[in-house]
Amino acid sequence: MEAKNIKVAGFGGQGVMMFGQILAYSATKDEINGLWFPSYGPETRGGTANCSVIVSDKQINSPVFKNADHLVAFNAPSLEKFKDHVAKNGLILYNSSLIEDEFSQDGSTVVGVPINDIATELGNDKVANMVMMGAYLELTHLFSDETIEAIIKKFLGERKAHLLDVNKKAIQSGKDFVKKLGVKYA
Amino acid sequence: MAKVLMKGNEAIALAAIKGGVDAFYGYPITPQNEVPEYLSKHLLANGKVFLQAESEVSAINMVYGAAGAGKRVMTSSSSPGIALKQEGISYITAAELPCLIVSVMRGGPGLGSIQPSQGDYYQATRGGGNGDYHLIVFAPESIQETIDTIKESFDIADYYRNPVMVLVDGLIGQMMESVDFDRPKKERFVPEKDWATNGTKNHPGRRNIANSLYLDPAELEQHNIKLHQKYEVIKKNETKFELIDFDNPEYVIVAYGTMARICRSAIEMLKNEGIEVGMIRPITLFPYPEKAFEQIPENVKGILTCELSMGQMLDDVLIANNGKHKVGFFGRAGGMLPDPEEIVGAIKNFNERVVK
Amino acid sequence: MWEVKYEKSQGLTDSKLSYCPGCAHGIIHKLVAESLVELGILDRSIAIASVGCSVFSYQFFNCDAQQAPHGRACALATGVKRVLPDNIVFTYQGDGDLASIGIAETIHAANRGENITVIFINNAIYGMTGGQMAPTSLIGQKTTTSQDGRTQKNHGNPIKISEMFATIEGVAYLERVAAYDPKHVLNAKKAIKKAFQYQMENRGFTMVEVVSTCPVNWGMKPVDAMKWSKEAMEPVYPLGVFKDKGRE
Repeated sequence: MEAKNIKVAGFGGQGVMMFGQILAYSATKDEINGLWFPSYGPETRGGTANCSVIVSDKQINSPVFKNADHLVAFNAPSLEKFKDHVAKNGLILYNSSLIEDEFSQDGSTVVGVPINDIATELGNDKVANMVMMGAYLELTHLFSDETIEAIIKKFLGERKAHLLDVNKKAIQSGKDFVKKLGVKYA
Repeated sequence: MAKVLMKGNEAIALAAIKGGVDAFYGYPITPQNEVPEYLSKHLLANGKVFLQAESEVSAINMVYGAAGAGKRVMTSSSSPGIALKQEGISYITAAELPCLIVSVMRGGPGLGSIQPSQGDYYQATRGGGNGDYHLIVFAPESIQETIDTIKESFDIADYYRNPVMVLVDGLIGQMMESVDFDRPKKERFVPEKDWATNGTKNHPGRRNIANSLYLDPAELEQHNIKLHQKYEVIKKNETKFELIDFDNPEYVIVAYGTMARICRSAIEMLKNEGIEVGMIRPITLFPYPEKAFEQIPENVKGILTCELSMGQMLDDVLIANNGKHKVGFFGRAGGMLPDPEEIVGAIKNFNERVVK
Repeated sequence: MWEVKYEKSQGLTDSKLSYCPGCAHGIIHKLVAESLVELGILDRSIAIASVGCSVFSYQFFNCDAQQAPHGRACALATGVKRVLPDNIVFTYQGDGDLASIGIAETIHAANRGENITVIFINNAIYGMTGGQMAPTSLIGQKTTTSQDGRTQKNHGNPIKISEMFATIEGVAYLERVAAYDPKHVLNAKKAIKKAFQYQMENRGFTMVEVVSTCPVNWGMKPVDAMKWSKEAMEPVYPLGVFKDKGRE
């Protein structure tokens, strides 16, 4: 697998950091290399919290990249901030529950997913990030359901183990939404 | 053991445990807080010592005490905190006590920022403490290399009876990477600490004293000469560096730590454009790998020093280069991180970067 | 027949003391050394020397020792004691070292209840550096940095360490003693021995403040200095037990 540079951004509390970490943990579980780093401190104030993820089966060199292969934007300020830093033939996945105007960009595959609406339908607003995860995996096929499920289990721990089902449902709903759209990326 | 994904600061803590740390003394400061947080749980749970001191000044002096008592002891901090520890570091080095000091650099000067920086190169290699002394300074470029270095650091410190500093930037502290804790460690001879101040009943007939006071100038000069000779041995034995893409480079980059990794990507990009660039990556900053510069081919167009500071390692590059090649400089400061494309641009416009 | 009635304590080395004639440091060294020997703890004791006149105390106490940066003795002692809890660890500090530059280290060691013993020598002046004002110098006291006498307005009042430390929970035993006559020297010995006894019993932080003298920098004959410590210092620094957890 060629190295993938992934930027995940949104409001604090939308599960942005967790989204990125799940990808890095999944890479490690699949015995390839994962790297995650957060924006931290004052730069996270005022709209966007973001993290960078790199997954690769080779040694990862620069932790810093100019252009992301994949941008996952959970809100409008994040899309605005990072849309010009997407690599050619890149993927832009955005939250169409919060970004109402349809968005498109030349040279990129752009997919909007109403993750908050879908999560509300599932009865748990907090799994919106897992709806996004489902859509992301359906488009990129980076990791198997088994890998992702194992990592989510670890995140939930014993205390929140009962939430595994709704998280799995959220991932499936994200996948189904993309399938229904008929968009293909990788 | 399979690889695990771990945050740099936590990996530093776990690697120290694997390296046999007996005691940690520290004081909170961003961006290294996960080091003491992790150790507070895991050291105390295993009957070891963890203590949050009232200040960095106090913490480093607790390190002095415990190191003098013969234990494997460490502290960790970040730029302004390391500044406060300089007094103790000078004393510990003068008293020839081994310890590990982890420095997770943030932007400076002053309170600065909490973002990654390499602005403390001088602080680590020239020291802010008084007198002729050196730390053995390692500057790993990844969490994996940080782990491998820290696991070995107590052996090195014990062998030379000198503090080892592991110098990383806030990015290595804050990011997560897939790492392996069970890579083999270099076997080293670790002498018995028969000098430890642990009570004369453990060494009858001899009083052990940890001291840095020599009021007789002749005696103090002898002590300085002894320290200097030790540093010469350290230079001979411990200088560590990596040469990257050194077959037939047009330019040579010199960079360490996170900056070296950014440059690795830039070197790949340049190669794709047909520009061959090699890199000297110092792994020890003291001793500085001056020898590596002898391997630079005669016909290179120039050496580009890349740092997350305004030009500190540049001094050592200029000394090592000794006027032989053109030397250029690229730096970002204050917590700003360049992307590899900026390094690509700096190589392409090398002539604009030449240090006069 | 010869009978040994008195000999130098085994707790002291044969090094010649570096203290000035008439200074009470020598007396207090002897009391500490005798206490360590009598309690049978000399060979497991670690002395922490400070900066000031007692900077060389590591040469005088006949046990292992560390020499601390100015004010940091209690931090070193903490470092040692935490990794060697079965050893006896004590600091020997003057007023500049403890009450000025090292006040934070000392207060926090006390507050943590570190099981160490602090011998605090209060002679109201910086001796080693040549007679500058100390945090414990008296109002009106002339020093090289208060040449017209210390004023409350400029320098504040003399700091009362024992009174302050008596409020700290982690302190197990705290007494202020003097060394100006045999009766008080004997009492000082009792206090020092008790402090070490408490450390042996793991009771927590113990400190003995000794109101001492500095004839050279006070500009007095030794006898007058003893008199001054009694007549001028003692009213400001009253003697007595400030805390004793063993009695509570």
